[in-house]
Amino acid sequence: MAVIEVKNFKKCFGDKVVHEDVSFYVKKGECLGLVGGSGTGKSVLLRSLIGLEKPDGGTIHINDREVSNLKESDWIDLRKTVAYAFQGGALFDSMTVYQNLAYPLNEHSHLSQSEISTRITSQLNDFGLAGTESLYPSEISGGMQKRVGLARAMMLEPEVILYDEPTAGLDPYNTKRIQELILKLKAKGVTAILVTHDMPTAFAVCDKFAFLKDKVIKEQGTTEQLKNQPNSLIHQFVEGNIL
Amino acid sequence: MNNLIAYSFKEWLTDQLYFLGGLVYLTRDCLREGFKKPHNTKLLVEQIYQVGYRSFPLVLVTSGAIGMVMALQFGYGLEKFGGKPYVPRLVASTILREIGPMFTSLMFAARVGAGIASEIGSMVVTQQIDAIRALGSSPIKKIVIPRVLACLIVLPLLAAMANVIGNLGGLVVGSLELNIDAQFYYRRIIETSNIKDYMSGFGKTFFFALFIAIPSCYFGLNVKNGTQEVGVATRKAVVTSSLLILIGDFFLAKIFWVLEKWL
Ligand SMILES: Nc1ncnc2c1ncn2[C@@H]1O[C@H](COP(=O)(O)OP(=O)(O)OP(=O)(O)O)[C@@H](O)[C@H]1O
Ligand SMILES: [Mg+2]
Repeated sequence: MAVIEVKNFKKCFGDKVVHEDVSFYVKKGECLGLVGGSGTGKSVLLRSLIGLEKPDGGTIHINDREVSNLKESDWIDLRKTVAYAFQGGALFDSMTVYQNLAYPLNEHSHLSQSEISTRITSQLNDFGLAGTESLYPSEISGGMQKRVGLARAMMLEPEVILYDEPTAGLDPYNTKRIQELILKLKAKGVTAILVTHDMPTAFAVCDKFAFLKDKVIKEQGTTEQLKNQPNSLIHQFVEGNIL
Repeated sequence: MNNLIAYSFKEWLTDQLYFLGGLVYLTRDCLREGFKKPHNTKLLVEQIYQVGYRSFPLVLVTSGAIGMVMALQFGYGLEKFGGKPYVPRLVASTILREIGPMFTSLMFAARVGAGIASEIGSMVVTQQIDAIRALGSSPIKKIVIPRVLACLIVLPLLAAMANVIGNLGGLVVGSLELNIDAQFYYRRIIETSNIKDYMSGFGKTFFFALFIAIPSCYFGLNVKNGTQEVGVATRKAVVTSSLLILIGDFFLAKIFWVLEKWL
């Protein structure tokens, strides 16, 4: 069963067409790697999947529910199960790291403050962020902000996670750590879309790929197929031969 | 040339219509979500502190200065006609009916309206509003409603204080500069001003609070392209809420006069 199914998706900003006709699906527990040049609309696509942008055409089904015309109040419920890890972290800058992570739990869970605290401590350890609890986003590095954002998105144990370049700008050690965390969630059956230019991580995590170019998905295929086709567009893109 | 004027007028008109529509929608959303549980008192208290406590010194200085200046002007102006004893009454009723609530609201618009618009605008630019939505909560409930409520609670209180301090300023100048006996001055205020004077000024502040909070939130939330627009939004918030206060004041004053005649 497809958890996410996008058909003939279209998105414009004024006169500017970002997506012309995009279709793909992701089955339960699968991870789709979404690649494409800068400005091809990967973030816009993910944002549309969680209702932060309204599509201008086509349909989006999440768990067989058509969501492209959903009202904001209905989205609020859906977003408890679909998480979006922002490309830039999007942390609340008036809150500490701890408060940022506690936010989704305070909003949607019935955990006690001590349970929340335990959860956050272990989450911070997993992300290599121990000791940053009381710091504000402006007091930590960009890579750390990114990890806090990712940790916050994973806090509610969502069914679907949309990762927007989770490893961009991280050192190899932390990249590996994030990669392992993504794999761990995948093993738990979490469905995911991973936007990234970091091909080792993508190959390690994704079951299939979609290549976004010229407003459409130019190429799709499983990881196996890709590995056996050195002439594919995705390979050429990764090697920097095409945009 | 005519075309150009017609075009920019059309654009201006569209903008205003969008703005009005936006205000209506935002107000509707606030009403809709304001009654939904859970109510977040912590956010409200925080906003009351931000909005109120911090505005207090400004209101103190403004209203005190205005009371003093008014007493001085009325006093010297009326001296020739032997009108000095009327100073307390004049100062008191002008402050209570108009100047107290009005100036407090204008200062509040400049300080708090600007703060709200720029804060929310920056949150939009840094995707924090998107993050609130993405984490399954509502920016209306988390950001807009606490600010609107805080303004509704704080502005009337500040205006009430401004009324007292303004009159106190009048009294000080009355006794020190105009040689009106302080006790006499005080008694005259109490004897000549009535609850109607007070209410017609005080009642307006609830409307003014909405005139400030809702447009400021609206302009903040509608920032689109980067930091430059945050500045624009802030300016628009202050200008719009000040205009709404000034224009609204006239109509509200009229309505309150009609009500008074009725009651
Ligand atoms: N709110 C907006 N208004 C107008 N245009 C927008 C808006 N958001 C995105 N765009 C445009 O949509 C296009 C796609 O943007 P998007 O951020 O999705 O790119 P991306 O594929 O994620 O790039 P990157 O890899 O650099 O993150 C860009 O050309 C951008 O200019
Ligand atoms: Mg992007």
